[in-house]
Amino acid sequence: MDERYYKRLWGKIILTTLGFALIPLFTLGFSIYSQFSSSYSAKIFENLKTLAENRRSSIDLFFDERVAQLITIAQTHSMKQLSDEAFLNKVFQTMQTRSKSYIDIGIIDQEGNHLAYIGPYPELKGVNYNKEDWFQSTMAGGVYISDVFLGYRKFPHFIISVMSREGEKSWILRATINSEIIDSIVRAAQIGKKGDAFIINKRNILQTTPRFSGDLFGHPKTPDFSKTVETHVEEIKTEGGSYFFGATQITNNHWILVVKEDPREQLTPLLRARTIAVFFLFGGIVVIVLGTFLTTRAMMNQLIKSQRKQAVSEDIMVQSSKMAALGKMAAGIAHEINNPLAVIGEKAGWIKDLLSDEDLTQNPNLKEVEESVNKIEYHVERAKKVTHRLLGFARRMEPSQEQVDINKTLNSTVDFLENESRYRNIDIQVDPQSDLPEITSDSSQLQQVFLNIINNAIDAIGKNGEIHIKTSFLTKRKEIKIEINDNGPGIPKEDITKIFDPFYTTKEVGKGTGLGLSIVYSIIEKLGGRIMVASEVGQGTTFTIYLPLK
Amino acid sequence: MAESFNILIVDDENDFRETLVKRLQKRRMNVFGAESGQKALDIMNKLIFDVVVLDVKMPGLDGIETLREIKKKNPLVEVILLTGHASMESGVEGMNLGAFDYVMKPVNIDDLLEMIRQAFERKMVQEEYNK
Repeated sequence: MDERYYKRLWGKIILTTLGFALIPLFTLGFSIYSQFSSSYSAKIFENLKTLAENRRSSIDLFFDERVAQLITIAQTHSMKQLSDEAFLNKVFQTMQTRSKSYIDIGIIDQEGNHLAYIGPYPELKGVNYNKEDWFQSTMAGGVYISDVFLGYRKFPHFIISVMSREGEKSWILRATINSEIIDSIVRAAQIGKKGDAFIINKRNILQTTPRFSGDLFGHPKTPDFSKTVETHVEEIKTEGGSYFFGATQITNNHWILVVKEDPREQLTPLLRARTIAVFFLFGGIVVIVLGTFLTTRAMMNQLIKSQRKQAVSEDIMVQSSKMAALGKMAAGIAHEINNPLAVIGEKAGWIKDLLSDEDLTQNPNLKEVEESVNKIEYHVERAKKVTHRLLGFARRMEPSQEQVDINKTLNSTVDFLENESRYRNIDIQVDPQSDLPEITSDSSQLQQVFLNIINNAIDAIGKNGEIHIKTSFLTKRKEIKIEINDNGPGIPKEDITKIFDPFYTTKEVGKGTGLGLSIVYSIIEKLGGRIMVASEVGQGTTFTIYLPLK
Repeated sequence: MAESFNILIVDDENDFRETLVKRLQKRRMNVFGAESGQKALDIMNKLIFDVVVLDVKMPGLDGIETLREIKKKNPLVEVILLTGHASMESGVEGMNLGAFDYVMKPVNIDDLLEMIRQAFERKMVQEEYNK
């Protein structure tokens, strides 16, 4: 069959097998990975949220403590008491024992006059804050926490002010707090090498110094989270890649705490898992592809082998049924021709008989007639030879059963042809296997076979050539193999299927009947053997005969 | 002088039979012809034949059946089967039925004559033996 057909079939089998093997593999791989990935991402998000809320709680706690402390002080002391700077200083010192974050403290009356001040900037005393926002807000709300600012003090700080009432009068206790403490709380949320955390106010202005995302009092180089109310976590793609952001609002002053994480750091275990999964996936693919390739190749080879075997046996069957049909036809034709041929022969014989009574010298025409009759008889004889050979070809005669030494039979055949071959300068070499077992067969028919084949080889070579004959015993198949090889002109491909057909001949008209090889074929078949021919134009021809031991 | 035994040629092919009869007569044989098996059996009722040359393939009563009939009537009559094809079965069957030999058409007159003589000789031997 066609090589391309097998290639295509093979391709199809490979594709199907790979499809069935790889699709589940990929599906499994991807679904497990995506499941793992999503649950892992969810876990990261959860952690991020917890972190943000945790930090938020710390900041809130910090604010709560400060506010509570200030309120306690304001509620437990009168403005008059605290306006005494010596007393205020004492109070301040007490406050600072608990927390160094206080920078200074001041008392402001309801008109905005700075009545008392303890801290590094005594010149602030006496300043009127009546127009200041924080003053207005404190008077309105009772408690006020400012944004971070540099202000007069030239370092980031913020104020907490609480209002206290004494009868009709209100007054304000104001403390300045170094925002470094907030920074340190926020910094604790700066995780990994690229993680960041910072606080922005409602106008998206940074209240702490981020690691990477901008400068204090500037806008952060991240998306705007200033409108955040509820804690939320999301993955956002920025210029530097994809990041996880967690944002939460600080209860006390509505600042927003933003925590940024690098997923590549957080997801390292996941990425490692993915790498391993991909590695195994590709390993699996390689194994599957290789396995598929090897098994299907073995399968295809098996298939090709069995189909070739089948084709050969079909060939043999076709050939033998062809021979049977041809034999029948040949017998029919021979019979039909034989009868008229017999009449012609008899008539010619009768003419000859009659002529014998005449004196041929008397009538020159009679001489001509006699010659013609002789020719008729001659050609009847010739035609008879053909029909009898045809019938011989068709004849189903039982081969005799005797012990045959193939080497001996071959040698006697070669001896018989010795004169002919020597005359044509053809060297016939016999290479016999010395311990060839005898077979049960018909030696005279085998001699006929060898004679026909070697004769053909001699005719094919013409002059100057070699014929090699080799015998061997195939132990496994219990057959004798006889190879007869010549270095003649060979048989063209298109003719090789016809050589065993009756009447196929390449010899001149009248030289060969075209029955030699078909007789060979039918004899070999009858003897239970096989005959094969291999030929290459310009190289020669090899006939190979296999004969069973019995 | 004709040889002193009778030959019957049985063949449906008129040209062949007639010519063969003439040629054998020319060779001083006592030869008769019959164009079918039935005719042969009829003529054998009237005349005694020593050798019958019998075509195997004939319409009506074919050679093998005719042979069987002849042998039934007179087992000592020698029969030579004449066949246009080499059907081994009919040859073997004929031999089993007691035919002397079988020969393939076209046949050489001298070979046939030789065979007829041998058949007659065997008949003589058989008759001698039976006496």
